[in-house]
Amino acid sequence: MAIYRAPIRDMQFVIHELLDAQSCFAELPGGEEASADIIDSILEEGAKLCESIVFPTNRTGDVEGCRLDDGQVRTPSGFKEAYEALCTGGWMGLACDPEYGGQGLPHTLSVFFEEMLQSSNMSLALYPGLTRGAYVAIRAHGSDEMKRTYLPKLVDGSWTGVMCLTESHAGTDLGMLRTRAVPDGDGSYRVSGTKIFISGGDQDLTENIVHLVLARLPDAPEGVKGISMFLVPKYLVNADGSLGERNTFSCGSIEHKMGIKGASTCVMNYENAVGYLIGEPHKGLQAMFSMMNHERLMVGQEGLSQAEVAYQSAADYARERIQGRALSGVKSPDQPADPIIVHPDVRRMLLTGKACNEAARALLGWVSLQVDIAERHPDAGMREHAEDLVALFTPVIKAYFTDYGNEVCNLSMQVFGGHGYISEWGMEQLVRDSRVAQIYEGANGIHALDLAGRKLSMHEGRLIKRYLKILEDFVAEHRQDKKLDEFIAPLSGAVAALEDATRWLAKARMEDPDEIGAASYDYLRLMALVSFGYMWARSAAIATGKVEGDNTGFYQAKLTTARFFMKRLLPQTTALVATLRAGSRSLMELPAESF
Amino acid sequence: MKILVAVKRVIDYNVKVRVKADGSGVETSNVKMSMNPFDEIAVEEALRLKEAGTAEEIVAVSMGIDRCQETIRTALAMGADRGILVQTEEELEPLAVAKLLKALVERESPGLVIVGKQAIDGDHSETGQMLAAILGWPQGTFASKLEFETDSVNVTREVDGGLEIVKLKLPAVITTDLRLNEPRFASLPNIMKAKKKPMETLTPAELGVDVTPRVTVVEVVEPPKRKAGIRVESVQALVEKLRNEAKVI
Repeated sequence: MAIYRAPIRDMQFVIHELLDAQSCFAELPGGEEASADIIDSILEEGAKLCESIVFPTNRTGDVEGCRLDDGQVRTPSGFKEAYEALCTGGWMGLACDPEYGGQGLPHTLSVFFEEMLQSSNMSLALYPGLTRGAYVAIRAHGSDEMKRTYLPKLVDGSWTGVMCLTESHAGTDLGMLRTRAVPDGDGSYRVSGTKIFISGGDQDLTENIVHLVLARLPDAPEGVKGISMFLVPKYLVNADGSLGERNTFSCGSIEHKMGIKGASTCVMNYENAVGYLIGEPHKGLQAMFSMMNHERLMVGQEGLSQAEVAYQSAADYARERIQGRALSGVKSPDQPADPIIVHPDVRRMLLTGKACNEAARALLGWVSLQVDIAERHPDAGMREHAEDLVALFTPVIKAYFTDYGNEVCNLSMQVFGGHGYISEWGMEQLVRDSRVAQIYEGANGIHALDLAGRKLSMHEGRLIKRYLKILEDFVAEHRQDKKLDEFIAPLSGAVAALEDATRWLAKARMEDPDEIGAASYDYLRLMALVSFGYMWARSAAIATGKVEGDNTGFYQAKLTTARFFMKRLLPQTTALVATLRAGSRSLMELPAESF
Repeated sequence: MKILVAVKRVIDYNVKVRVKADGSGVETSNVKMSMNPFDEIAVEEALRLKEAGTAEEIVAVSMGIDRCQETIRTALAMGADRGILVQTEEELEPLAVAKLLKALVERESPGLVIVGKQAIDGDHSETGQMLAAILGWPQGTFASKLEFETDSVNVTREVDGGLEIVKLKLPAVITTDLRLNEPRFASLPNIMKAKKKPMETLTPAELGVDVTPRVTVVEVVEPPKRKAGIRVESVQALVEKLRNEAKVI
């Protein structure tokens, strides 16, 4: 069986020790509420809820899946109860505006809670995850009346929100979408068209569902500049806030898919459905992007969350499963065989999971703190700096976390041997569930292009320059520290490689646009590995000072894992620089008909 | 009615307890601590009585080092109204706890005291009984159900032979058993509110109680490790070994 214990100690390390988040929060208006003891209580109580109420629904969700019952989607048994426990506990509104019933806590804290929720049940976590995205979009672009009507319901979880972009012929290229919206004369619109792959498009968890639909107005220009966003509720809302008529749209079918079977993936048919324009006409894509950046970081986190459960389960299994003897001689003479954790190759798989998960948690924590600073900091310069880092890291986190996450799920399944392939152990579910995160919310290749094509050249390269400066300063600050040399030296080499690759790309883009496309994936992986290295070096710098006298083994494990990362994972940067610099020709040469 | 609930900070039930190298006790530094699970049931019962209108105020009490405040905060986050910490570095024995509680009862005049039937660290199961005795109050121990009447309470007790129902005159002391209720999770808004709820800190001296330990701990040791079993050839051999080696039949 897959097991899950929320990694509270590691989360506390990231929040309190690595980020010193409390001091950062104190500089943000409203952030002073988030004192250390409140943070710890949130982690502990959130963990209890996720481990004991949500996690048990994960396996049943996979076995039962969603079904479409006479036009109504039914979620697997236990989902509704678990969802309601999240709502009555007030967890949905953790980082939402108190004006709409939220707790107003920093976004960073909701990210740590989100990890626990996703680890406990990635399918179930999607419903509130998308709701928060809708909350962000409506709050940023909706009218005051719209905010008053819909936001409190999204914040307390009594309604969910979903985003409706994709059509069968328009996925990555939204400029081609055909759903239409016609003014109704009374200020509202009538929306008609078909959307596919709508996560949570219909469900039986809540009494109402708020759809944010991208559609074209009659006078819309062609392409992405002619897309508007509409709020289309499943049930129309009366003036007094009560629910009125059923809107004229329905779920035509739900997809049969590889994983996340507890999350409904719907085909939605809108037939003259009542909708309300959000923001300005033809500016829908920009409005949707305020939601999508949030969603992208969340989807990246799905990779981490599944890899955490996979790693924990595999580590547990490897300590208990006895089979064969250690190459270096018997380790458990009182047992007929040694536990498989004695084997170097099993340790390679486990340590890859541990090293990547802890680095990913630290990196996402750091970027989330930048989200808070970008949103709330009183100083405009600080806000801009933070915004730059968030923009730079969003594609890295989305693509690399989901890639490594699926890889760690696979490695952890491998630790189980044949049992990993058997459903009841829960490992193959993690492989299937995590797989979608590499695809949805923009396929990973698109995010690599976003990084190498758009983000690197934004503001004449300001984003990456700012990050490289942070890395250089860190290396310079610690270079003289002999105790840290084994971490700083390899990091310094990797930073130099990233600088070199960045320069090479800047030059290559002038010569041939295909070079960016060819190098983008390697570049994204390079940047992710360097950033993991940065997080490990920072962690090691803290652990070195605390390892003496620590009887829990926590700081020693940090140092040992940091060493593993520097010696066995960071060297991949060398290969990435080599393939990146090999150029596009070897990719583009073969004619299409020869494939 | 006011309810006094005692909550103890103990090693979390998920932690594997380790004995200190010098045998003087168990390792508690850097170990996850939580509220004693039976005390969570006590808090939950008090909350339900308040929700049902039987009680008006819930006071959560803990005793020990400064960090016992965290345990009180947990009770406040569940919904208790205010907290009292009796702060001391002394290792408190059940009798000392009972005396301190008695002093607090005299100060607060609650109509009911609810405590866990035992704490999962010392496993004494004495505090509630001692408190009732020194207060001269009736006690309903190992409670799995409470039914209130005007000035009395019917307590269903879990006893060896099954269930026993006793009727106690109020004020009374109740100790909680596992099946009394299922404690709630603290909600996020309540976690935030808990920080602003009043918490008072007192000392044993202020309450006029001598908490000097009466018992001397000679040694703390781990249970002996289980030895590997052996396989016997026949039932006769098994019976023979049970009779002559193990001497259990």
